[in-house]
Amino acid sequence: MITTDILIIGAGPTGLFAVFEAGLLKLKCHLIDALPQIGGQCSEIYPKKPIYDIPGFPEILAGELTDNLMEQCQQFQPGFTLGERAETIEKHADGTFIVTTNKGTKHQASVVAIAGGLGSFEPRKPPISNISDFEDRGVEYIIKDPEIYRNKSIVIAGGGDSALDWSIFLSKIASKVTLIHRRNEFRGALDSVEKVQELKNKGLVNLVTPAEVTSIIGHKHVTGVTVKKSLDSDEEFNLMCDHFIPLFGLSPKLGPIANWGLNIEKNAIKVNNSLDYQTNIPGVFAIGDVNTYPGKLKLILCGFHEATLMCQAAYRIINPGKKYILKYTTVSGIDGFDGTRKEAPKAVVKKIE
Amino acid sequence: MDQDIKITVIDRNGVSHVIDAPIDMAMNLMEVIRTYELATEGTIGTCGGMAMCASCQCYILSNHRLPEKQDDEEAMLSEAFYVKENSRLGCQIQINPEIEGLKIEIAPES
Repeated sequence: MITTDILIIGAGPTGLFAVFEAGLLKLKCHLIDALPQIGGQCSEIYPKKPIYDIPGFPEILAGELTDNLMEQCQQFQPGFTLGERAETIEKHADGTFIVTTNKGTKHQASVVAIAGGLGSFEPRKPPISNISDFEDRGVEYIIKDPEIYRNKSIVIAGGGDSALDWSIFLSKIASKVTLIHRRNEFRGALDSVEKVQELKNKGLVNLVTPAEVTSIIGHKHVTGVTVKKSLDSDEEFNLMCDHFIPLFGLSPKLGPIANWGLNIEKNAIKVNNSLDYQTNIPGVFAIGDVNTYPGKLKLILCGFHEATLMCQAAYRIINPGKKYILKYTTVSGIDGFDGTRKEAPKAVVKKIE
Repeated sequence: MDQDIKITVIDRNGVSHVIDAPIDMAMNLMEVIRTYELATEGTIGTCGGMAMCASCQCYILSNHRLPEKQDDEEAMLSEAFYVKENSRLGCQIQINPEIEGLKIEIAPES
């Protein structure tokens, strides 16, 4: 059991900034995120795109913003459960919450802050009629353990970075790798595209473009796929393989949070914006893009503000009746949980003679 | 209302809506659809309009000449599902007087 003061669901910009604000109040945070890395949409969808409306940053790349937020909060030693999706929540008699992930990891906290953005990122499944019959029977949307592909024949579909990168990686261990994409152009890092070109020239990756997989062949397990050559012709052929890995990116879905008994309106969680961004469940807050209230704007900068006020409310829940006065970081400095201290340099007072 | 053009949008339930789209707000088709809430919030415009998610894919049903697809739209559509000859990303289509009378259908959610 992981225990913490504030359990934050979602490690995007809002969740990361909440760690900093909570730290100023001496509250410890742990974050759960379905993605294997922090940053949320900023790292999953647009890490190399600039953002122009972060106060104080005329221009910053989304990936850089994530790095900065992590640097800013790291002295407060946040814990992370990455690559797992928050599945259930229960309230204990002592008032704490237990949140369990899809992998069974349990987290206990007095306050839960949902900073889930548009939801947890789930793989986009291609609309192939019989694909669901083969899930985990040779069809995998996410590569968890590359070893299962050793000496197997693999078909990968997709045209982005993950399709390219996994084709490169699996070409070293699989007996055969075929990469199928609807057109000849790939969108990915230039060196990945060049590497796949090189592997294709050497005959180590079998490239089939423009083409798409239209159905899956097999009895209980994948034994092959049917491929349609180009979009214009109806010409199809079968390709034998042991695994079919469609890599078409991820799309966010609100997911299990929708069943937590929260007031939900238009795929967002209703909160009290006049006070503290608390949901209809006392002790459960929703901050950032995942919440809604009259006049809501889905902006990172609004998420920062919401995170800050949420932490104040969390402080009052965790320290009932305790007096509190707002401190400015410039005045008080920052005492990290790791023993570090940041503070403004003392003014130099020296006589001029 | 000379700042508006008429657009027909068929939503994901097959219902047709004729809406007024402003030409003076630098809006794109995805944003207009969201403004009128013709697709459930959270199922359209996921990436905010960067041609990086295809949640605003539409089928163009009228014969308007639209600006050519840029590379990023072309690339995204090549990875999207339910793509047809007349597929476009709504976020890449600017509202301007040339598309008066445009008729589109929102592609299924994927």
